[in-house]
Formats: sequence, structure tokens, C-alpha cells
Amino acid sequence: MSHHIVELKNLTYVYPDGTTGICDASVRITHGESVAIIGPNGAGKSTLLLHLNGFLWPSSGSVRIGDAPLTKETIRDVRRTVGMVFQDPDDQLFMPTIHDDVAFGPYNLGLPNEEVEERVNSALSRMGIMHLKDKPPYRLSAGEKRRAAIATVLSMMPDILVMDEPSTGLDPFGRRQLIGILKEFTHTKIIATHDLDLVADLCERAIIIHDGRIKADGPTADIFRDEALLHECGLEKPFSMQSCPICSPVPKP
Amino acid sequence: MADIARSFNDLNFLDHLSTGNSFLHRLDPRVKLLTVMGFIFAVVSFPRYEISSLLPFFFFPAVMIPLANIPVRYLMRKYLFLLPFAVLIGIFNPIFDREPFAFIGPLAVSGGMISFLSILIRFTLTILAAFILVAVTGFNGICLALKRFKVPEVFCVQLMMLYRYIFVLSSEAVKMARARELRSFGRKGQGIKPYVSLIGHLLLRTWDRARRVHTAMLSRGFHGKFYMRRPLALKASDVIFCLAWLFLFIVFRLYDIPAVIGEILTGAVA
Repeated sequence: MSHHIVELKNLTYVYPDGTTGICDASVRITHGESVAIIGPNGAGKSTLLLHLNGFLWPSSGSVRIGDAPLTKETIRDVRRTVGMVFQDPDDQLFMPTIHDDVAFGPYNLGLPNEEVEERVNSALSRMGIMHLKDKPPYRLSAGEKRRAAIATVLSMMPDILVMDEPSTGLDPFGRRQLIGILKEFTHTKIIATHDLDLVADLCERAIIIHDGRIKADGPTADIFRDEALLHECGLEKPFSMQSCPICSPVPKP
Repeated sequence: MADIARSFNDLNFLDHLSTGNSFLHRLDPRVKLLTVMGFIFAVVSFPRYEISSLLPFFFFPAVMIPLANIPVRYLMRKYLFLLPFAVLIGIFNPIFDREPFAFIGPLAVSGGMISFLSILIRFTLTILAAFILVAVTGFNGICLALKRFKVPEVFCVQLMMLYRYIFVLSSEAVKMARARELRSFGRKGQGIKPYVSLIGHLLLRTWDRARRVHTAMLSRGFHGKFYMRRPLALKASDVIFCLAWLFLFIVFRLYDIPAVIGEILTGAVA
């Protein structure tokens, strides 16, 4: 299916104040891929993601989602195709109850009531939060909020799921659960994070961004083995790939 | 700091009350709104020197508060917190309006005193009614009812968003105030100055958040309309509840009940 392709060509973004956010980035992500965008704080991950949905427009270069370039005319379709989960769930849950929030997208798509209900129920049960349906968002824990935020996007049945730091603020158990749930999705997934263990578990491909430039793009395992590259970009090997400091202590130089 | 945290807790508590499951909670939000509006309208429509005919209206909170399980202590605290505003409104009446209005023995009571007292009574009644309404309906229920009463959607959505984000904003404010207090070691810190920048920061954060929320809305296809399907159906109990109270309010409004009772009693004696 060619229409779930995400393609950035020589994308450059300069902030209104003159600083460069993204510099000459070219990426092509095909259907069903699970791709991590990694990089230290302030590397430009979020800026890059905001281009996928038409919230930022490239200063030069182009974005293609599916068969069409991203323009003002195609933006509505693109936003339906690309489901975006933002960093802070409080930004995403703005309605009085979780049900209303999850139903927000489908209603905007113009779906009839029964269909909306069906989608709400299926999204909630997929995220395992059916019992929170009638609760207001401010009564939820961070983990519950995160799952609710993902449900609000799932109910729109996007072809491409984009997530910004999905594991921040979660306890180890919540994080483990989230990874389990995300593994079940067969959509194209694009995850921006610096939780490299999550990347090792979920994504077969990783793209490293450093200072707004793409430093590396390849199979996750290869990238994580390149310690010099990781070090240069202010990253560290995921814990799961580091040897245990107790069992086999590294001799101090 | 303690004050910010305390008001936040109070708000939380009020919200918690509205999730109860009493008979009153289960009523249709529209009839509750209509009843309380009828109550407030009747109370404020009396002439300014009225006192005795206002008293029967205390029947409404006296019945509703126990039925709704609202803790009286909590209610009193909120009431006392707001009382200064009412006092401020009426405080000049006794000074400007000195004409004797009534005599209690040799003591002349000025018209200003009477109207001041009347303001306080009205304030008490309306505040109690408003608290009861929020405690048994919830803020969102009220917004929903307003929407059904054809109040423009923009206002209802504004109110709903305000309520949603007041929790986020106040918890941010509590955290910031705590951070300030922890570093001022029980003394005054730098006085008022940190608060100035604290409030400025809150404004900026709100600004940022508003932009992010809007982005999140747009990414889910928002195009200016809020859909909320809440099948509201009037039951017989809803209608009876509303009509019974409204009837009572009309009677209270038209007849000076204490005077009528007094007449009956004195008539009986004579």
C-alpha cells in the first residue's frame, strides 16, 4: 500500500527568530514501518514531527504524506491520516470526560452517532481503559492520561501513528504496558523519544537527529552498536544493551 | 501558599461532591438550573427594604443541603470567604441612608441598616443556591444545560474549557508557590517580588498551553464545532421537582409568609 508513505525531502525549517530548527532532512518511511526519531533534548525531534501534520511549514523542501504533497488543500486528509499523540496528555484531553475526548475526532470526521460510539468503545478497550469512560481527565493518573490520549487518536483510525515522548512520566510498569500495547499496532509508527530501551523494544529502524541534522538512519541494532556515533550525539547505549555493572564490572582505566 | 493549595483542594472537593449519586444528583441538569434560576430571580426581585418576606426562602437551602449531603462546615467556610464582597457592596447604605425606617422600642433603625441587612440575606441565599447547584449538578452538567437552553456555544465551551484547565493551572500554581516557599526558609522571602514573576510565568505557561491544546484539537479535525452527545430525557420526577419548587417560590414571592402567620396567630389570640 503506497499511500501510507511519509516522505520528507530536503526539509529545512528556520524559526521566526532566525535559529535553524531542522536542516536539510530527507527521510522516507514506508507502510508498516516502526521508526524511532532519537536525539538529545532540543535536537529538533518535536519540530520535525510538527511538520508531518502541517503545524509547521518547511522553510524549504517538501513533505509528502501518502500520494499527495502536504499543502493547505490536502491538510484535512493528512490530519485524518496522521494521528498525533502529543507530549503532554493534558494538552490532548480537553473535554469534560474521557468519552467526549475520544469521541471528539470521530465526530469531527462527520461520522454518525452509532459509528462514533463503536469507535470510542473499541479505542478504549484496546487501551484497556474502558472503566475510565465517564471520568474527567483531571481525575486520572499520569499513566491513565497517557493511555487516554492515545485512545483519542486511535478512535480516528489513523494510518500513521506519530508519538512525541510517549513514555515520559510513566512508572516502569506503565511503561512496560505501553510498550506491549504499541507492539500490537500494525500501523506505521513514528516515535520521537530519548528512551532508547523503548526504541530497542519497538522500532526496527532509528533516525538520529542532532542539532537539527539527521546524523544517522538505519536499523536500530546497528545504530545502537555504534558507540562513537551515540556519544557524539549526546546519547548512550540503551541499558538493555549495556553489560551489567555488577556481574561484569568494567575495569577503571 | 497554604491559601492557594487550600482553594485548590476546595475546588477539588466541590467537584468530588458533584459526582455523588443522590436523588438530586440524578435529576436532569436542566431542571436543577431552572429551579435555582427561579429561586435567585425571586430572591433578587424583592424591593430593597424587604427582610421578613425573604426569610421563607431559607427553606430551599435547608431542605437541599441535607438531601445533597453537602457538609455544612465546608459550605460555611466558602460562604465566609465570599462574605466580605457582599459587606463591601452594602456597607455604605447605613451611612448614606439615615432616615429612620422603623422603631424597636426607643431605638430608631435607619433605612440604610434595613437595606444592608436585606443585601446580606439575599447574598446568603443566592450564594447557597449557587453552591447547591454546582454540588449536585457539576460544572459540566450546568454547561450542558446552558447549551440546551440555547446559550451560544462559544460561551458554554469557554466555561467548560475554563473548568477543565483550572485544575491544570492551579496545580501548576501550587507547585510554583511551593518551590518559592521551600527556598525562603519560613521567612518572608523577597516579599511580593517573586509573586510578580510567578504570575507572569503562569500567564506565559497558559499561553503556551493554549497553543498546544489548539494544535491537539486541529490534529483531530477540529473545525469550530463541539459535539457532545448526552441523551437528556426529562422524567416525571424532574418535572415535579422543578414545578413544586417554582410554585413554592411564587407563593413566597407573592405573600409575606411571616406576616401572614403573624396575622393568623394574633387573629386567633384576638
